[in-house]
Amino acid sequence: MKILLVDDEQELVSTLAERLSIRGIDADWVTSGEEAMEKIQTTPYDLAVLDMKMPRMSGLELRKKIQEIKPHMRYIFMTGHGSAKDFYSASSEEGADCYLVKPVHINTLITKITEVLAQ
Amino acid sequence: MHANWEIIGREGFTFYGKMSASISHEIKNVLAIINENAGLLSDFTIMAARGVPIEPERIKTISSKIAEQVRRADLICKNMNQFAHSVDDHIKATALDELIAVVIKLSLRFAANRGVHLEHQASATPLSITTSPFLLQNLVWLCLDKAMDLAGEKKNVSIITKDVENGVIIEFKHSGTLREKSGSSFPGEKENTLIRLLEATMEINDQTGEIVLRLPVSIDK
Repeated sequence: MKILLVDDEQELVSTLAERLSIRGIDADWVTSGEEAMEKIQTTPYDLAVLDMKMPRMSGLELRKKIQEIKPHMRYIFMTGHGSAKDFYSASSEEGADCYLVKPVHINTLITKITEVLAQ
Repeated sequence: MHANWEIIGREGFTFYGKMSASISHEIKNVLAIINENAGLLSDFTIMAARGVPIEPERIKTISSKIAEQVRRADLICKNMNQFAHSVDDHIKATALDELIAVVIKLSLRFAANRGVHLEHQASATPLSITTSPFLLQNLVWLCLDKAMDLAGEKKNVSIITKDVENGVIIEFKHSGTLREKSGSSFPGEKENTLIRLLEATMEINDQTGEIVLRLPVSIDK
């Protein structure tokens, strides 16, 4: 299992990657959509955990771009919205159905990763 | 003062909501970082119990990161508090550059999302005007939002304040031109309503798209 974490908060993604690594999950991290696009050209990821709001390219925009070249990758979105209801009203696009609200508990993230990859 | 209060009310709530949502997102990010670092400390203690030695330097670094995020949250809350108190008095003596600084801090996330760099060039001498701080913040945000929209490839926006006879001016300079992006008319109904209430005038350079707001020393007549 290989995972890519994308969030413009470097302290967040780097620490999250380390914590996943401690639990035996191989995770890389980048801080922008542009870096993510570079990274996925050379590395076969199974799943990307994407922040919804990032400078220049949102999580949803990034997913669209990745889907064009890696159609089998799966996604989990992280959002700073207060609740599921707020999140859905702000992201009406289809496919934004697998999300976690920040701050995320590591076990919740791992459960979600397992669920999404099992689908 | 004659104004369409329905527009002001609607626009005011929109502005307040937009800024509050942005602040809460920022706080959520801070909490997420603290959460992960606290979690990492917890991971280390579990590993230590299994015989993996703890590196004191790592603990020190994590502790510093948490302290840094607490400082960041403190600044966010300070800005939020200043913003929230701008509705305390409808009209009051207002330090213009402090007000601009608050709007810029609140706008940094929006600017970052659009890849725009914001700069504030404060007047050499402190400028104080008697005005409605909340309505002025709202109008400054609308001008800044428009300037960011027009900022072109270089994506720079500067807000410059100056002392002029019987008032002050706020210039919104940007690296684009008015022709680069045509959108909804500006100033529109909401901007014009705020301009009337603040007894201000607005000029837009039809070549550069530079926006100049002129405000009186006092609207407390």
